[in-house]
Amino acid sequence: MIENKKVHKFGMVIDLDKCTGCGACMVSCMSENNVPFKEDESNKKDSITWMRVYKLTNGKSFPETEIVYLPRPCQHCGGIGDHGHSPCVSVCPATATDYGYDTGIVSQIYTRCFGCRYCMGACPYHARYFNWWDPKWPEGMEKYLSPNVSPRMRGVVEKCSFCYHRYQLAREQAIVEDREIEEMEYQTACTTACPAGAIVFGDLNNPAHKVHQIVKPDPHPDPMNHKVVGKSRNPKVFRLLERLGTNPKVYYMSEREWVRKAGDNYLKGEWENVKTHHGASSSHG
Amino acid sequence: MKIDRRSFLGLGLGAAAGIALSPVGVKLTDDSSIWTQNWPWTPVPEDGEITYDRSVCSLCPGACGISVRKINGRPVKIEGLDDHPINNGGACLHGIAGLQYLYDPARIKTPLKKNGNKFEKISWDEAISLVAGKLGEIRESGTPESLGLISGADNGSMAQLFRRFMDAFGSPNTYTMPSLESNLALTAAALHSADRSLGFDIDHSDFILSFGAAIIEGWGSPVACIQANASRHERKAKLVQVDYRLSNTANAADKIIAVKPGTEADLALGLCAVLLAKTKIAKDSLSGDVNKLAFSAMLEKEYTSDKVEAITGVKAADVEALAMAFIKAKAPVAVPGKGRGDVGQSLREFAAVQALNALAGRLNKEGGVFVMWPAGYLKFPENVMDDTAEQGAGKAKLAGSVTELVDKLEKDGGLSALFIYNANPCYALNNTEKVKAAMDKVGFKVSFSSFMDETALKSDVILPASIFLERLEDVVSGAGLAKTVVGLCRPMVKPVFDTKHPGDTLILLAQAMGDSIAEGFSWDSYEACLEEVTGDIWDTLSDDGYVVIDDKPPVGTPVTDFTFLSSAPKIDVPMGEGDFTLVPVDKMRLAGGSMISSPFAVKTVSDTVLSGKYSVVEINPATAGALKDGDVAVLKTAMGTVKVKIGLNEGIMAGVIGMPRGLGHTFNNPYVAGKGVNVNDLIGPVIEPGSGLDAAFGIKATLSKA
Ligand code: SF4
Ligand code: SF4
Ligand code: SF4
Repeated sequence: MIENKKVHKFGMVIDLDKCTGCGACMVSCMSENNVPFKEDESNKKDSITWMRVYKLTNGKSFPETEIVYLPRPCQHCGGIGDHGHSPCVSVCPATATDYGYDTGIVSQIYTRCFGCRYCMGACPYHARYFNWWDPKWPEGMEKYLSPNVSPRMRGVVEKCSFCYHRYQLAREQAIVEDREIEEMEYQTACTTACPAGAIVFGDLNNPAHKVHQIVKPDPHPDPMNHKVVGKSRNPKVFRLLERLGTNPKVYYMSEREWVRKAGDNYLKGEWENVKTHHGASSSHG
Repeated sequence: MKIDRRSFLGLGLGAAAGIALSPVGVKLTDDSSIWTQNWPWTPVPEDGEITYDRSVCSLCPGACGISVRKINGRPVKIEGLDDHPINNGGACLHGIAGLQYLYDPARIKTPLKKNGNKFEKISWDEAISLVAGKLGEIRESGTPESLGLISGADNGSMAQLFRRFMDAFGSPNTYTMPSLESNLALTAAALHSADRSLGFDIDHSDFILSFGAAIIEGWGSPVACIQANASRHERKAKLVQVDYRLSNTANAADKIIAVKPGTEADLALGLCAVLLAKTKIAKDSLSGDVNKLAFSAMLEKEYTSDKVEAITGVKAADVEALAMAFIKAKAPVAVPGKGRGDVGQSLREFAAVQALNALAGRLNKEGGVFVMWPAGYLKFPENVMDDTAEQGAGKAKLAGSVTELVDKLEKDGGLSALFIYNANPCYALNNTEKVKAAMDKVGFKVSFSSFMDETALKSDVILPASIFLERLEDVVSGAGLAKTVVGLCRPMVKPVFDTKHPGDTLILLAQAMGDSIAEGFSWDSYEACLEEVTGDIWDTLSDDGYVVIDDKPPVGTPVTDFTFLSSAPKIDVPMGEGDFTLVPVDKMRLAGGSMISSPFAVKTVSDTVLSGKYSVVEINPATAGALKDGDVAVLKTAMGTVKVKIGLNEGIMAGVIGMPRGLGHTFNNPYVAGKGVNVNDLIGPVIEPGSGLDAAFGIKATLSKA
């Protein structure tokens, strides 16, 4: 069995002040991962988009309005205490979705999935999609499908895999050459596509990687909430619904406070406390 | 390799049993997955060796370098090419979706001839001799000038080859579709000198004053511009956006100057007036320029900050503060061209913004605007022209622009045949009904399209073109970039259908016409032609995939001629009646012009832009009256009436309706057509005297509940 020497924790930082909402990441993901399309995709409830760019606004009137685009791949949750029990993984009766302890990547094995969709209910990020129909490519278009990612069938759930096949390719090469994978050897399709350079991808465990340097993840559980591990010590960086303790490996970054606040649902006055704590944890360590 | 699902499940049994506790559960889940996962047709993409090939994307004027990943020679993925001088590894969603264009079943698969209302397949030989025969008749009748050409771009060897054909045939009637590039060339011609263009050094500017330019939604070379914007934070460069809605560019800007739509030129002139009144530098920069007296007198009289406030809605104090912030920056640049800078633009606006650059002393300076020389790397041998050609080509053109041509054709005809290459005027020009009617007045239309678009549908003969992934071609950057890069587009696969390189088609056609025309096109193939005409740079071009042309960087301050501005008549746009002003909105995820969006691109379009069959229009809640979010409403302009959905949006000025451009295609492709309406259908052209440009950036409209 092939094993890596180091335990990786692959993760991502998305700079929301740089993202322009151009959608290149979405299309790069779709064409990399054999994601199908339908005649009418305007009903977003049944549109399969592993990477989906959401739009948030501060609700003020022109010209004070501000918009932020929030690209949302699967967050590759580490689960409570970062022990690998991601919300979707713990509920799957078929073990069709699994946590990779050596990579931190949450996988989906389509042939095991029988479509109960518990995982979809469990995922707080709506990152999972159900195939209500067999995908159909217009005649001839199946010629561009990639052999590295299996096309999915009706009745199964699918989601972003952090382009796991790219990891496999890089890993094989590294093993043949008896060395570790380098940062740029394994990058997801959305990261490489982004013309604004808003997405950074790498190993959160590796201090040499840019993601680690930006996030500066706190290895200790959050003293205020022991479910939370790997909180960023960079006050500009946050995770979505962080307080749930799902411990996502996708981090977001913004200079703007209203954007950081939009990452969770806060009760009135609650944000002020969280904010202070956030600031405090940045001086920690 | 196919994994047998049953044995695969068997392997996972231990883990599954751990959760399900009893093997009965596993058996049940196994059974149900067999039941649910019943796929009659399972694609098994062929595996093999992975290779990467370099090429250039030519879907838009961006000219980005691309890398095509292949499995056993079969392309499976397009990505941006690292270290390319234009896009540096990035790519836009249209380029990444390129393979969907390649295999699109809606492509034109063979030459076609119209028979009544239907197209019938014909062979290439038949098609060429049919077209050559018709053109021969026109020449014999002594009116070669009645052959017209509408093409997309004016640069690169293909544009010159088409022109060469028109010259040898004997017609001056070549027209290009409005583009940012052609508008910048017109601006340069009006203010500096003909045969030049303008290049904006946004990369090195520390204060970018954009007059509605959609810098991150497809203005210029889209990826290069997005990257220039992205590096702004590190460079500490400011972006100030003059706009009437919160475009993505406005959203990224440090400051938004809200102006009434259509008054951008007045604001630019107001800023010029402040500079002239308050700074020494502006007065200095005027020395040596032409007609400066009339220009400065006009500014002094008509563009006082108070008057500008009344026209544009920008407070007089803000006009003055903006002008001073602009002049005090180290390397400011003013950028013209609303949206993508193509349809619905007035030369007055382009010229006013460029005058601001001139007054601030920003011509040919780093971080400013370059008055650029033409790329000039192509050396065609002298053309062969007989008497008919000399006579016809020497005649005056029918019209000054494609919009004027349409006007003329619709009223009293004038062309007996028309070539259409790389253009979709029946979709992309304003008032498409009129464009279609003008087309009907032309007896014989030959399309070189790759897709059955709105204009191809109107044609009599289609000589289908191979797409960029199937062909060799020089692709020149332009579109407002401050450098010129020639890239080489290479065939990534053999043509998927029975199509040809349009260069080869043209050579075959010329040879079929015989005599002097054939003599001027004596190449064996387009490839041979390209190699010959790119002479000096061919080796580098084919080795590296691109050449950066910088042999003649612009030096010195060019003279500015203000005659056009001091005499430019103001025209009345928007036309019509209604409480609202309807404006088209350019979006990165939707292609406009002659490029059609791919299914992937359409899929990414938000439901606040397209909802089922409806285009969603942006309107400020303050002016929506009884209309609620998601309501279906009737939108009426002088050109037509359509149904749309209401999208309440704080990010648009009160009284303005924003409608996405790039929807409402009407050909037969369920993935990209039949969705929303074409905003160009609803806007009537308003031709600007002196430039011939269609200045209709919008139109008055009414909106009521359906
Ligand atoms: S984002 Fe959703 S699908 Fe992804 S790991 Fe977390 S819970 Fe699972
Ligand atoms: S490609 Fe980059 S800029 Fe574009 S939407 Fe995705 S993250 Fe944002
Ligand atoms: S910006 Fe234009 S040239 Fe570049 S990848 Fe996109 S469509 Fe192609």
